[in-house]
Amino acid sequence: MRNLIALVLVLLGHAGWAQQWEDRQVFNKAQSTMTLRIISSTDTDLFAPLIEAFILRNPDIAIEYLVTGTADIDRRFRKTPEAFDIAISSAMDLQFKLTNDGYARELEGVIHPDWAQWRQSLYAFTSEPAAIVINRAAFEGLPIPQSRQELIEALRARPEVFRGRIGTYDVRRSGLGYLFATQDARASETFWRLMEVMGGLDAELYCCSGEMIDDLTNGTIAVAYNVLGSYAKAREENQNVLEIVLPSDFPTTMMRTALVSKLSDNPTAAQRFIQFLLTFQSNPMGDARTLPALQERENGAERAAIALEPALMTFLDTLKRNKFLSEWENALIQE
Amino acid sequence: MTDSFAVSGSLRNRLMLTLIGGAAVLALLLFFVVRNYAVQVAQEGQDNILAASATSILDAASIRDGEVELDMPYSAFSMLSTSADDRVFYAVLQDGEFLSGYEELAFTNSQVFQTDQMRGSDVRKISASRTLIGANRRTELQIVLAQTQDALSETLDRISQNAALLGIGFFTLAVALSFWATSSTIGQLGKLTTSVTRRGPQDLSPFTKPVPREMAPLVISLNSLMGRLDQSLSQSEDFIAEAAHRVRTPLATVRSYAEATLQRVDKEENREAMRSMVKAIDESSRAAGQLLDHAMITFRADHLERHEIDLVDLVADLVQRMTPIADMKDLSLSLLGDPSVPYSGDPVLIQNGVRNLIDNAMKYGPAESVIEITVSARPKPQIMVCDRGSGFPTNEIETLTSRFQRGANEKDTIGSGLGLTIARDVAMAHGGGIDLENKPEGGACVTLSL
Repeated sequence: MRNLIALVLVLLGHAGWAQQWEDRQVFNKAQSTMTLRIISSTDTDLFAPLIEAFILRNPDIAIEYLVTGTADIDRRFRKTPEAFDIAISSAMDLQFKLTNDGYARELEGVIHPDWAQWRQSLYAFTSEPAAIVINRAAFEGLPIPQSRQELIEALRARPEVFRGRIGTYDVRRSGLGYLFATQDARASETFWRLMEVMGGLDAELYCCSGEMIDDLTNGTIAVAYNVLGSYAKAREENQNVLEIVLPSDFPTTMMRTALVSKLSDNPTAAQRFIQFLLTFQSNPMGDARTLPALQERENGAERAAIALEPALMTFLDTLKRNKFLSEWENALIQE
Repeated sequence: MTDSFAVSGSLRNRLMLTLIGGAAVLALLLFFVVRNYAVQVAQEGQDNILAASATSILDAASIRDGEVELDMPYSAFSMLSTSADDRVFYAVLQDGEFLSGYEELAFTNSQVFQTDQMRGSDVRKISASRTLIGANRRTELQIVLAQTQDALSETLDRISQNAALLGIGFFTLAVALSFWATSSTIGQLGKLTTSVTRRGPQDLSPFTKPVPREMAPLVISLNSLMGRLDQSLSQSEDFIAEAAHRVRTPLATVRSYAEATLQRVDKEENREAMRSMVKAIDESSRAAGQLLDHAMITFRADHLERHEIDLVDLVADLVQRMTPIADMKDLSLSLLGDPSVPYSGDPVLIQNGVRNLIDNAMKYGPAESVIEITVSARPKPQIMVCDRGSGFPTNEIETLTSRFQRGANEKDTIGSGLGLTIARDVAMAHGGGIDLENKPEGGACVTLSL
């Protein structure tokens, strides 16, 4: 009996550990003198080339790369800010609030455009538009919708094809999904109409990009709304199956951001990493790059990415969030 | 005339210090006033934005189904963006109960704005509230909004820098102006000093050049002092001339009696005494004459009258008149030099000066010797009188022209010490001077140049 309990405990422990992180990898353990703990929402395979390039130049630093969801990053980081050196996330609003609340460290001497950083603490290093990703098979012989409005019309035209075969983020669980949804809602009423249409077609809700793209690739769903195009593009086998559409009516572009924990034990090494990350992402010759580069802001607000400003905290307000989620649920979850 | 007197402080320094000190105080004042004003304006700017943001949040509140709903507008926080990326905190409270935002953000008293600390930063806080009226209840919704002050302090730094530059500029300008004002003020004093210094030794006439009003009392006092000085000087000159004149006539009488007595006295010791007496009388009489000459020269030099004359004629006339006296002393006078030297001057003065020189030469020249008087026109009109005597004592050659100063080697010769002084005064009245020198072959030469 005692053995059995011990076994159960061990299994639970393993299960717990496995549940704790979507992925966990340590780079350069052998030669290093110190370890940087990076908590990130970016899949390891997308980030690994950058880490390897960094280690090549800084052999004394090992990197423990921990992957989890954006909302989870925020929760864990607030709980134990001393346990991580760097937080990288695609949920700009959560990252912003972490910085505003004083969890981030101000870095001296990191040169970065003003619009892509906040308080010398939060640094944006990619520009990634939200995309409509479509499985080509579902639109065989038909024009691919190029905007949200066209998507609404396409869905309405063939409800039998799309019922249960549309995917989008569960904004209650995904920080990035929530960010995209709130920014869409700000930009246009079309968003709510689309949500209602998707709700009427029993849309599938996902926590993470990875699963959504998996389902899209294998044909479980035909359309995914507000996915990161970069994730879809990153998988070579999808090149022929999937069509990535950047909505022409209005784009919602996210910038992935990084910050150094105020309580980091290795602030100098962490700053070196941030500096390297920014340089790597802005180097025009970066062939090894797997993440999209930080795009220069073009003139006109149309193509601008979501701005790093205090307004990002608006939708994180409890009252506002509750109101938004209830509207979203009303639209999307039609029992 | 180099009397020592106490120098206490400097007008220029005092003026400069006062002006520069004043400028420094004003510059500092300027800096602080501008800075304070800027602080106020900048703070007002931040307060206004906070107030607008709080108002827009309150406006978005409503009661639905008895529940407070707050649809916070995106622009409420967006308008709080600053160039320095200031942090923003907020709290929403309903009837004092915390609803959302930052729970530790407290607002204690009744002021609308407060400055406080939050999470290690200075923040500016605003509290605003609104009464919401529902179907069956009233409720008070309060919003507390706080923003860090990084942009504000950046602005203040910039303004402070500009204000400091302004202050420094003002100060520099004021210092330059002080220098200018001081030197132009003190310059008037300097001008007066120069015009006092440049005056000739005999010039005691009043100042007539215009001076600033503040210096008028000084000039008036100076003029009155000089007037009195002039008066007392001329009085004493008059007195001396009068005294000399009065003494000379009785002395001549006494001398003639003494000469007569000398003829009648046989006893050698008495004769000796009489001779000494005659010698002393001569000395007194000569001194009285020279004092008279000197007084006359002083007077005429002050009111110099120039006539066209020929120096050679003038000196020849003098030599002719003095030849008898020279003969009595077994001396001969010889006139040399240019045949004619025209000059414009006071003939009486020049004759007097030259006579004194010849007189001196006759006094010191040994018997049977020649006294050479040379009149020349070049390099400038001058008259040189040379004797064959023992010459001047070399160590006294500089001081001999002073009044009543006699050579140390001439104790047994009659003289008042005025002769060279008179000659010098005559020369100076004509813009010239006299030079004393010893000839290498023996004898002294005095040159009176005009």
